Amino acid sequence: MGELNLVVLVKPVPDPSCYDRIEIDPATGALLRQGMPAVLNPADKHALEEALVLKERFGGRVAMVSMAPDSASETLMEGLAMGADEACILSDRAFAGSDSLATSRVLAAGIRKIGPFDLVLAGNESADGGTAHVPSQVGELLGVAHLANVIRMEVGPGGSVTARTRIENGYIEVRGSLPMVVGVRREINTPRYTSLMGVMAAQGKPIRVWRSEDLGVNAAEAGMEGSGMRPGKLSRPDYRRKGEILKGSHEETVRRIVAILRAEGVLG
Amino acid sequence: MSATTEMTDYMGFQGLLTDEEKMVRATARKFVNDEVLPIIDGYAQSETFPSHLVKPMADLGFLGPNLPEKYGCAGLSNVAYGLLMYELERGDSGIRSFASVQGSLVMYPIYAYGSDAQKEYWLPRMARGEAIGCFGLTEPDFGSNPAGMRTSAVREKGGKWKINGSKMWITNGSIADVAVVWAKTGEGVRGFLVEKGTPGFTAPQMKGKWSLRASVTSELLFDDVVVDEEKSLLPNVKGLKGPLGCLTQARYGIAWGALGAADACYQTALEYALNRIQFDRPIASFQLQQRKLAEMVTEITKGQLLVLQLGRMKDQGKYTFAQVSMAKMNNVNVALETARVARTILGANGIMGEYPIMRHSANMESVYTYEGTHDMHLLIIGQEVTGISAFRAG
Repeated sequence: MGELNLVVLVKPVPDPSCYDRIEIDPATGALLRQGMPAVLNPADKHALEEALVLKERFGGRVAMVSMAPDSASETLMEGLAMGADEACILSDRAFAGSDSLATSRVLAAGIRKIGPFDLVLAGNESADGGTAHVPSQVGELLGVAHLANVIRMEVGPGGSVTARTRIENGYIEVRGSLPMVVGVRREINTPRYTSLMGVMAAQGKPIRVWRSEDLGVNAAEAGMEGSGMRPGKLSRPDYRRKGEILKGSHEETVRRIVAILRAEGVLG
Repeated sequence: MSATTEMTDYMGFQGLLTDEEKMVRATARKFVNDEVLPIIDGYAQSETFPSHLVKPMADLGFLGPNLPEKYGCAGLSNVAYGLLMYELERGDSGIRSFASVQGSLVMYPIYAYGSDAQKEYWLPRMARGEAIGCFGLTEPDFGSNPAGMRTSAVREKGGKWKINGSKMWITNGSIADVAVVWAKTGEGVRGFLVEKGTPGFTAPQMKGKWSLRASVTSELLFDDVVVDEEKSLLPNVKGLKGPLGCLTQARYGIAWGALGAADACYQTALEYALNRIQFDRPIASFQLQQRKLAEMVTEITKGQLLVLQLGRMKDQGKYTFAQVSMAKMNNVNVALETARVARTILGANGIMGEYPIMRHSANMESVYTYEGTHDMHLLIIGQEVTGISAFRAG
């Protein structure tokens, strides 16, 4: 086996450290992302790390593919600084409102447009949507083997793959061969820090933007029209703490505490 | 402890940065949050330099980051370099001092004044963290007036020089593989690279500091130290402009770094004031505390805009050493005052190692004095605006 053509699916998501600032549009139920700092989906950084390690071992190229607005280039720079060779942003108004299957159709079209691939890696799920559908759906659409919940992976010189997938109470060891689509969990590795040399190198790396016509994706396959699923009601959990100061004797306040805990269902 | 993802930005400062500069800052901030903040109090308390951070800092390109790529450095702009210093000093002045000395006071003079062979030998090793450097200018009796230095170097037969004298307050001295030493010669002040282990050269550590406790500070002693001219003498500079040129580079980094320490103190104090309840209200609701916080954020904001403009001018090659003096003087003073006032907001908690304030406050007492004292920078600016030197005869 020669060099590897590696693709990593990445998604800009709201910075998890700013979740307390998330607002939801009451009319559409969609997240209001404006003003929210975006970061690479944390699980996707583990997928990128796995790709970079394979590139270091076998040689080849790492392309990041993201269905995102044009403005995602700023977030994708982090991946280029980590060591990816190029980024492809699949951006079109027609993609807005895509559910996980429509998203997978667009991503699969983007991967095909890049050319022959050996391995597609992705974070198992995104920190915002969290469906965990995409890696498997992309694998089906590309007609190759796919694995989800991968926590360890070895690629042999002949293209053989040995992987462990996490299950409740244990793991399954799976053997297969490239090409393959793999969804990784965070346990698989520790993503490298971005070095300053990487930051400087990233400035010269290509970021391509492809529209629906570049990808040959028609309106019926993507966006709201191509989506069978619609988000239901989204609401913010109320984290405010209710404080109540109890006054009176110890006996009275203890009785009152027990009554409150019973009323809340904490005590039987 | 303040481990937020965002720097204090009251005036759209980050909107003035390029993508590259933002990424450099984000990289440094993540490193400091992950690797420095969790451990730094323990190292400071035990008066120990966290030497395990040298390799990761080197791998990330933090050592000599604004020198060219051909030496294994990142080739950053001066603004990006400043942002790196800001974030490192948000962790601790000792960490920033290590990086400043390595990059601005050792790698820079080798790059600017060294021979090609010296550059090719030392710079890649130093960028990789495989060799640590220190800078010997200050002496026990000559701080603000380096021209009075007593350390001497005498040319010997066979392309050799003999160095005698002593240096003091030398960051990294005892852990350094090479010292850049400035000595009086018959042809003016010259710079020498003196390697660890050279007979007659010792670097005892100065213990018992109440400041910069996570940084190594040493004396350098030279007793008939014989060095080879080709390997040791920096050929391309003569006179005090050599060391002073290095100090301008380091002071520029300090002007940024001090604001990082100020930012850590301000964010800690703000968070504390919002959560500390007295008289049934957060203390942030009291006017006296609000005044402190408002003045802190105002001074930090002014300092940020000052160093950003200085950095932009430095990137264009249009700046003066007196402008660097102004930025160093102002921003270190801002940091010292911010740390002291932040301590009052935290009350008794402010003196505890759980919070970074007392550590930064103590560190700033050193930073206020080293790399040109606050007073000397005032006199440099005074000289610039009046045309009259208050500290040089005639």
